[in-house]
Amino acid sequence: MTYDILITGLIIIAQILAVVVPVLISVAFLVYAERKVLALIQLRRGPNIVGPFGILQSFADALKLITKENIIPSGSNKIVFILAPIITMVLSLAGWAVIPFAPGWVVSDINVGIMYLFAVSSLGVYGIIMAGWASNSQYPFLGALRSAAQMVSYEVSIGFVIITVLLCVGSLNLSKIVLAQQTVWFAIPLLPMFIIFFISALAETNRLPFDLPEDESTLVAGFFTEYSSASFVLFFLGEYASMILMSSMTVILFLGGWLPPFDIYPLNVVPGVIWFTVKVIFILFLFIWVRGTFPRYRYDQLMRLGWKVFLPFSLFWVVATSGFLVYFEMLPN
Amino acid sequence: MFLYSLTFYLFSSVAVLSALMVISAKNPVHSVLFLILSFVNASGLFVLLGAEFLAMILVVVYVGAVAVLFLFVVMMLDINFVKLREGFLQYLPFGALLGIVLVIELGILFLTDRSSNIYNNQTPLQPIVNEVENTKMIGQILYTEYFYLFQICGIILLVAMIGSITLTLRDKGGVKRQNIDSQNTVDASTAIEKKKVKIGEGI
Repeated sequence: MTYDILITGLIIIAQILAVVVPVLISVAFLVYAERKVLALIQLRRGPNIVGPFGILQSFADALKLITKENIIPSGSNKIVFILAPIITMVLSLAGWAVIPFAPGWVVSDINVGIMYLFAVSSLGVYGIIMAGWASNSQYPFLGALRSAAQMVSYEVSIGFVIITVLLCVGSLNLSKIVLAQQTVWFAIPLLPMFIIFFISALAETNRLPFDLPEDESTLVAGFFTEYSSASFVLFFLGEYASMILMSSMTVILFLGGWLPPFDIYPLNVVPGVIWFTVKVIFILFLFIWVRGTFPRYRYDQLMRLGWKVFLPFSLFWVVATSGFLVYFEMLPN
Repeated sequence: MFLYSLTFYLFSSVAVLSALMVISAKNPVHSVLFLILSFVNASGLFVLLGAEFLAMILVVVYVGAVAVLFLFVVMMLDINFVKLREGFLQYLPFGALLGIVLVIELGILFLTDRSSNIYNNQTPLQPIVNEVENTKMIGQILYTEYFYLFQICGIILLVAMIGSITLTLRDKGGVKRQNIDSQNTVDASTAIEKKKVKIGEGI
């Protein structure tokens, strides 16, 4: 009896490690890729000293940051101050529990997978609010307030986008969402929703052009101004891990997850996990490309875009999609 | 079975302890954070009952949206902690009365109806595995049997929303607003105006 529990526990821990370790390693390479791509966009060389082509730069940076002194401001609320980066990091890793990388390659294949992802990504704001409040300093607090309003606004349209996809699938299970795209990827019939989801994902992960919570030209470094050393590393890792998580969510909802583009001979022998990775890398490249191209939005423009453009449009599209599905009797089940 | 009981006791004890901390924490922001912890643990209990859709809705709606705004407001308040303590004794009898009434009601509920099988059900808490997903079950009953009640709930929310907007929206004169459409339609012919200025006079 106790032996069984031990075995089950060990299997669960092994599964968690098998997901978390590749995610953390890919975070390191994503940081390197971002610096390299931005350098190419701006006609620079980027990191090229540490290791061949500078590929070990992120690991060197992480080591440097961790060995530095961890400063906790005397005026801060210490427990919340230390808790905030931990929460950010844990939440950005928790979502990976339901991501299907290939048929059957999933830690927990729950019925409400997409709701779980939505819930975890909406909790991400707590790390930022707690950091801003606990720092007891003006710039982080302003960053936290901006973040709270921004993330709540963009979640609404993300919710409607998810509803549109669910109408076409008839299930909240992520594997079933992928399998429903065998005939055509949802990015083609639901193209406007795909674009809205991608832009909202930028806002949800606080990426440029919506990185107002950390806006270095007006707020120093936004909500993590007071953070240093290991706690800063946790914020940094958390931000990039949630970026990869949102990209995988985009791939699963709109780009057919592990499915090949066409179900023909040379394409369908490639393992599903390779297709999944290639698509995630493509979306991540879009994230970086957008960062290198667009200037930062002003705060009122950001709010206008969320509430006055995306919300009415996605609401209209939910009604239009359900009307279409009912009229042509294409509803699942 | 052992794991289920372990997780049940973990979730329920953390939920109760954090609920206690909500009312006993000195700092209101800590209170809200403990409230959030309590919500999360309650949703864990829903998952153990097999009601995974309700659990996720609880997290998305209460933790992800309502509590964020709640925390937002509490953080912005300028609270005098000493003054906050002063009212404690004054409100103690009232609070104690409410608590006692609640305890008596719960006591009556549990003592009178012990014969019914809800309370004598000794099977441990574990996920109920159904053929139909419970998301579908909720949908099937909500949009058929409880259709009118569901619509009335929606109307109540709409009224509350319109009410709060009319209470807070004040149209002060003299506010400069940005008109995005007119900005986007500007071209060289409308944006630039040529004027002949006489020397020594100006415009």
